Amino acid sequence: MTETMSAKSAGASEIADEGVNRSLWGDVRYELARKPLFWVSLMLVLVILTMAFFPQLWASESPNARGACDLANARGKPTWDHPFGYTTAGCDMWSSLVWGTGKSVILAILVTAGTTILGVLLGTAAGYYGGGTDTIISRITDIFFGLPFILGALVFLALFPERNVYTLTLVFVVFGWTSLTRVMRGSVIATKQKDFIDAARALGASDLFIIRKHVIANSIAPVIVLATIALGTYISAEATLTFLGVGYQRPAASWGLLVADGQTLALAGFWHLLVYPCAFIVTTVLAFILLGDVLRDALDPRNR
Amino acid sequence: MGRYVARRLIQFIPVILGTLFLLHMLSTLTIQIVGDPVRALFGPNAPPQAIIEELQARYNLDDPCLEQTGNPCVGLFVDRIGQYASGDFGVNFRGRSVMEMFLERFPVTARLTVIALAFEIVVGITAGVLAGLKKDKLIDNLVRFTTVVLIAFPVFVFGSLALLLVGLKIGLPLRNSDWAPEWLGQMLNVGYDPDYPWLSLVLPGIVLGAFSLAAIARLTRTSLIENLRSDYVRTARAKGLGARDIVGVHTLRNSLIPVITYIGIDIGFLLGGSLVTEGIFNIPGVGQLVFLAIQANDAPVIIGVVTILTVVFLVSNLVVDILYAALDPRIRYD
Repeated sequence: MTETMSAKSAGASEIADEGVNRSLWGDVRYELARKPLFWVSLMLVLVILTMAFFPQLWASESPNARGACDLANARGKPTWDHPFGYTTAGCDMWSSLVWGTGKSVILAILVTAGTTILGVLLGTAAGYYGGGTDTIISRITDIFFGLPFILGALVFLALFPERNVYTLTLVFVVFGWTSLTRVMRGSVIATKQKDFIDAARALGASDLFIIRKHVIANSIAPVIVLATIALGTYISAEATLTFLGVGYQRPAASWGLLVADGQTLALAGFWHLLVYPCAFIVTTVLAFILLGDVLRDALDPRNR
Repeated sequence: MGRYVARRLIQFIPVILGTLFLLHMLSTLTIQIVGDPVRALFGPNAPPQAIIEELQARYNLDDPCLEQTGNPCVGLFVDRIGQYASGDFGVNFRGRSVMEMFLERFPVTARLTVIALAFEIVVGITAGVLAGLKKDKLIDNLVRFTTVVLIAFPVFVFGSLALLLVGLKIGLPLRNSDWAPEWLGQMLNVGYDPDYPWLSLVLPGIVLGAFSLAAIARLTRTSLIENLRSDYVRTARAKGLGARDIVGVHTLRNSLIPVITYIGIDIGFLLGGSLVTEGIFNIPGVGQLVFLAIQANDAPVIIGVVTILTVVFLVSNLVVDILYAALDPRIRYD
């Protein structure tokens, strides 16, 4: 009771302040635009996305191009011309890192798209229809939860003789769809009990129409937040598996491989081999997690 | 309480069988699609067919259903469950029992996990409580900022950097100096030292627990803030209880319920993270066994150890779930 009252009074005062009545998403946009953290993380994400899709904008030459690397430069320390130094293969570290962005980020985007589609479909089915559908989907989710992500992905990937972006995506989606499904299911169950769903049903709308028009639109917010954060964690997971030796394989330019190369050499004094790839991974993961965090604050009305 | 425990135990059977079946089905399906690991071991220089067949028989890979793509191999699964029940998790490519290697190395991993758990629980809950009590103040912002940054550090990045910056740059001078006590240098060691079975695992343990520490701190903070808003806290305040009693007796106990659930899930994460930490810090534990098996392409060891770790994870989750009932009467009397 107190909650609805305070929500009403807050709504009333906002309307009085602004003189406009915003929709849910209008509210979110307004909330986000005022936050400096949102703009910072958005800028970072945009920079990372351009690096992923148009690396030539940031570094002219691909490290895999003919003649791009010179073994004479191997492990070269940073200099004024090449502030990031050279990799163990004698490639420019900066261009290796830039061209490696796509490997991680495109994989993470594919995985997030796959898990979100699966999660929304299965979560909606389980939450909306309930009963037997719900039992089957929830029990399968439980079983997948019994297998820790890294361990499960490891067994699967270790058996593949060749691993590329498609096999990695497949494995990540197989082990990643569960948490989004659970969140969507919970959110759909909450939405299903709202009055406007009853109203739509009373007007004779079919189940599919209600799901399409009302249920998904009103329950997707937590999924978007989780998917943004998950994108960051997939980048981190890919780098971890590549580091362990079951992710991307040489000669692919990949952050995880660069860290694996640099890890032992850093102890011998070649610190730049380790620190720069680590900085790229951490910044990228951080950008997506921050964006997800800001979105969560904006989408969760309890925080206002 | 008794009924709850009994129900949890009965529910546990299908979950563990289901998870083991999932693991079995995924590995058989992969073998059916990409070919069996014995052939992959030899690469292009294939030995005579007789040797391959002998090896396949030794690693249980000679079942004809492994050549029928899409066949879930239920018969093979039943055989495997029988073997698992008798403690047989296969042998490595040199013929050593996986279970034997696991037991030999498990104490080290158990110590590492205990250190990581203790560290993340003590520091995480303290930070979460401080932040939750002073919402939007300096300490809260500090905790929120640090935890976001910690979450962004993958274990292997944090581990590699800690090894370089702490183990080498700070630890080495300490170990070589005369003035620093022995334990301090060992605590910041670059690798495992069998003479100091606990101390030399402190730095790897901190690395392993750092990610979950951030999660625990945030979870404690959110749930404390939510509980401080609830009616029973207002009642307690109206009764004239001091802040210490309100937080210590009433709120904290309720706020820790989601944290305990998280710790159950976290054991799985720590077991996965121990692969990385043990690989980086060269710790002779179970994780390093898998780490080395990946490099040697020893698929039977990977499958065997991951199966054991999954069972360990599920059992510890069960234990956490039962402990949970002791904390939350709503579950106990359900």
